Amino acid sequence: MLQTLIPLFVDALASAALIFFVAVGLTLVFSVLRVLNVAHGSFYSIGAYAAASLGLWIVSAGLPDWLTFPALVLSAAFVALLFGPLVENTLVRWTYGKSDAVQVLVTFGLFLILEDLQKMVFGVQSLYQDTPMSMLGITELGGIVYLNYQLLLIVLAGVVLVALRLFIGHSRTGRLIAAVVADREVSQALGIDTNRMYTIAFTLGVFLAALGGAMATPTSGVSPGLGADTMVLAFAVAAIGGLGQVEGAAIASLIVAVAKVLAIYFAPEFDAVAPYVVMLAVLLVKPYGLFGSPTTRRI
Amino acid sequence: MNRSSLALLAAALLIAGLAPLAFPFLQFVLTIALAKGFAALGVALLLRAGLISLGHAMFYAVGAYAAAFLAKSLGFTDMMGLIVAATIVSGLCGLLVGLFLVRYRAIFFAMLNLAVSMVVFALLSKLYGLTGGTDGMAVAVPTLFGLTLTKEGSDTVLFYLALVLAAGLGLVVHRYLKSPLGHALSAVHSNEVRLEYLGVSAASTLLTAYTISATLAGLGGAIAALSIGHVLPEFAFWTQSGQLVLTAVLGGISGIAGPFLGAAFLEGVHTLAVGTVADAWNLIVGAVLLVVIFFLPRGLFGLIEKIAGRKTQAGETEL
Repeated sequence: MLQTLIPLFVDALASAALIFFVAVGLTLVFSVLRVLNVAHGSFYSIGAYAAASLGLWIVSAGLPDWLTFPALVLSAAFVALLFGPLVENTLVRWTYGKSDAVQVLVTFGLFLILEDLQKMVFGVQSLYQDTPMSMLGITELGGIVYLNYQLLLIVLAGVVLVALRLFIGHSRTGRLIAAVVADREVSQALGIDTNRMYTIAFTLGVFLAALGGAMATPTSGVSPGLGADTMVLAFAVAAIGGLGQVEGAAIASLIVAVAKVLAIYFAPEFDAVAPYVVMLAVLLVKPYGLFGSPTTRRI
Repeated sequence: MNRSSLALLAAALLIAGLAPLAFPFLQFVLTIALAKGFAALGVALLLRAGLISLGHAMFYAVGAYAAAFLAKSLGFTDMMGLIVAATIVSGLCGLLVGLFLVRYRAIFFAMLNLAVSMVVFALLSKLYGLTGGTDGMAVAVPTLFGLTLTKEGSDTVLFYLALVLAAGLGLVVHRYLKSPLGHALSAVHSNEVRLEYLGVSAASTLLTAYTISATLAGLGGAIAALSIGHVLPEFAFWTQSGQLVLTAVLGGISGIAGPFLGAAFLEGVHTLAVGTVADAWNLIVGAVLLVVIFFLPRGLFGLIEKIAGRKTQAGETEL
């Protein structure tokens, strides 16, 4: 049983790592801007397309293969710098203080636009670029074969979690963002440029989503519809952990991953249902998620 | 409802009823527009209470699958019977889901609806034996009171049936919104605490609205299933739910006609776009949505009213 379960768990942890990147970006944007960004999943797929295209170009141009690794992170950064400030300054900023319905609809409109822009720019065929995965190879331990790339994903998720915590708690910008989250008006009165903090937080969120997408390309490639599928999964994970909770998103991705493994092992036809069943169960008992607090609820 | 809006309604029904005679392809487009209009009207009811549902496509799908399932497994093929049965099934599902969900507000309401609808979507795509999995199910051409119909005949009957239902149920929903229960619905949005102090239960107000909205969505789904002749799990996917909210807001949520207007507009644009710029269809819709939200908070219907010279009354529903 362990021989089957352990590879399944490593698979699940690797996919949990990818979902964690997106979900933590979503949750970060929500906690700072108080906007649920329905277009967040699109940044995941755009990051994936950018990374796959850049990787394919590196290989076809005959550049050294190891360059595909920095290409993954660089393409995510490129997507973030291209879309983050632009989208936040125009569309998202307009919705601050508006009702949830308006915020959801504006970002849904953006989602629809980005979906078609991706089809126009990258076409409708799937892209595969697995150089980083084949370069890292496999490790065999106790008769079980591990993909090193999956181990890298799991480590990277841990690094991102710690880095985010350090950024928010110990860097100057991070503490300013925390101050804006705690009290916007007082922060503004103290001379903090709140709009700039919003832009930074939103761009960081886009970066995390694009990073998830970029890191996913070597294992699963990218094809149309990826953004919509990822969006709901990220919603589920962010909601389970509690919207706005960074550590909550990490633990929720683990819970969802374990639930998927158990579903695959005991009732394979229900693996796609598992995340949403967990989400329902958690939200019906704790509407604000496992680690959330009721501050966002207006009576 | 005053005389001028009744005349407007009659004119709209007449145009919609006659259009397929001149342009036969419009019949299918308008049938689907009516089907989506019913579902969007359901979503609009909840929007009046300030609640955005990101999962209402599940009731649309439940209505569609109920019709498909009854026809296939029980061999029950009467058009009227299928529509009534499918509508009742989705209404009951709405009551059941609503019992749990009406406690929640704002983003949590949206997310929980999303979660339930994704469970429905995943089950529809995975339970191959019952639902046909990702291939969906074919829906046979229905009969009418024991008469066998051709596909064309059934489509025509279905279209005029949908049109009559839209007018009839539109009036019923209009009465409902003008009733104390309907006014309480808007009051949930403006001040829920005061509503409770007045002795009105917000939960039961919302449960009524939720059940009605699920019933309307299911009716739309049943009509779509019979018209298209095929049902797919994608009917319940979250982007469909988003499209329904979009349709309602695009048309305007302050009147009954708004969601139908929004659906007709979207289906019209869709038909045009498929022939010319198929890849840019979502882009166009997204851009139109943004324009409407930024510049027309009361939707297309509000725009028509403005052109007709009707002044906005205080306390009218906006998002």
